[in-house]
Amino acid sequence: MLPEFMIRAGLAGLGVAAAAGPLGCFIIWRRMAYFGDAVGHGAILGVALAWVFALPITAGVLAVALCMGAGLTVLARRDTGTDALLGVFSYSTLSLGLVAASLITNLRMDLSAFLFGDVIAVSWDELGLIWGGGALVLILIGWRWSALLTATLGTDLAHAAGVDPGRERVYLTLALAVIVAVAIKVVGALLIAAMLILPATAVRPLVRTPEVMALAAVAAGMISVLAGLALSWTSNTPTGPSMVLVATCLFLGIRVLARFDPARRA
Amino acid sequence: MNLIAAQGLTVALGGKTVLDSVSLAIAPGEIVTIVGPNGSGKTTLLRCMIGAEPLLGGRLERRAGLSIGYVPQRLQADPTLPMTVERFLNLPQRRPAVLRKGAMQRIGIADLAKRQITELSGGQLQRAMLARAIMGRPDLLLLDEPTQGLDQPGTAAFYELIAALRAELGCAVLMVSHELHVVMSASDRVICLNGHVCCQGTPEIVASAPEYRALFGLGTRGTLALYRHEHDRAHGHDLAHGHDLGSVHGPDAKATGDSAVPRRDGKRDASQRQGEAVRVDGSEA
Repeated sequence: MLPEFMIRAGLAGLGVAAAAGPLGCFIIWRRMAYFGDAVGHGAILGVALAWVFALPITAGVLAVALCMGAGLTVLARRDTGTDALLGVFSYSTLSLGLVAASLITNLRMDLSAFLFGDVIAVSWDELGLIWGGGALVLILIGWRWSALLTATLGTDLAHAAGVDPGRERVYLTLALAVIVAVAIKVVGALLIAAMLILPATAVRPLVRTPEVMALAAVAAGMISVLAGLALSWTSNTPTGPSMVLVATCLFLGIRVLARFDPARRA
Repeated sequence: MNLIAAQGLTVALGGKTVLDSVSLAIAPGEIVTIVGPNGSGKTTLLRCMIGAEPLLGGRLERRAGLSIGYVPQRLQADPTLPMTVERFLNLPQRRPAVLRKGAMQRIGIADLAKRQITELSGGQLQRAMLARAIMGRPDLLLLDEPTQGLDQPGTAAFYELIAALRAELGCAVLMVSHELHVVMSASDRVICLNGHVCCQGTPEIVASAPEYRALFGLGTRGTLALYRHEHDRAHGHDLAHGHDLGSVHGPDAKATGDSAVPRRDGKRDASQRQGEAVRVDGSEA
């Protein structure tokens, strides 16, 4: 029989995977992988700020992720060198967060838990928060699904159909901030973007429509979470990186299979 | 009553005025083409029509309940996005299967239904977007450089399809193009744009307007020759012309008179303005 903390860890991971599947699809369709990474790195700064102002960690991370998302969206619109700009913000906020956290080490903040996640230590309350956040993301994306897809295909196409692409982008940024805030406990700030990008990218050769891709990404994410936990349990490896590694194996395995099956080459 | 009317549209992009006090109106059922050199604001003007561009000045009036079918130049579809043509036709509103099938058959892409949009050629994608646009029974079709990348027969076939669709749907068509000679024959009215409206009117009038000649210079020789030739034939003159576009001239009643022309070639009289249009695809209407 599994100990209770493993069941909690599994449920927490499944909650993140369920929301990360469809959101991750939009992140890669819109080429926002770097954007997601930058917002994820900002989470460490959120942790430090939450500590300083004695706020709940989730609130601090959510606030910083929202600010990062909004700021980067505005900057990306003005500047064409978006890639470099995202890099600058990604690593500055990560470093700022790390330095700020190191200044309060006397508070015995366990930095590695926030960098790589500590899903084994998830409490029932935190699990509720993770499932609540995940549900919020799923509802948001489900509600905006068609409009988001239209805006992803072209901003003008969206305008002509009465969809405001700017507003849809705000919804996506909001969903991203929420997932960062709830996933930091599960995979950590450094690997949040991996949970978004890897499952969705892994299943791409197998699918022909966006809906199937979103569902397949959820399945791939869930397999990664459970197999990663099992790996961690049996081999005493860190949980977050183990989950990401399983997702990587799925990615490679599906690519290899697709190569030998021309009908599935996408 | 006009479908859409722009009054003094002024748009600036990055501090540079792209459109300066542009006014135009589209009446039901007419085919209007905007021509102009690169950077003349053609696409920006079209984007204004769909509300995608904030206006610095002027206003845009649409008839109440106006339904617009928009066909952009290209999609921003990333290859990571799986999307069949059939699914694309359901965006953003889900359409009944019979409507989708009908539209695909009409546009001649029924066999592409299961194909990924990122695997389509430029012309196929253009047709898929057109099929999507006509499902909403638009009052106005907006096409941005619809024939870019098509060869000449493909281009001619596309314009023929547009003319047929106009007749079937009763919609007006506003398109942007740079293929002057074909455009000239396929449009009821041509608007020559270069940040402002240089001249507009029937193809024949615009082709002979000094503003138009100044803008397109040598590049329009073929076009001008084409029209001269047409008029020569119709009116029995015999001027020298050295073009060879392989064109077959057939009577076509699409061209309509238009008095809203700033200047025109003094040689022409009113009857000549009603002149025939020219097809370059070698087929008769």
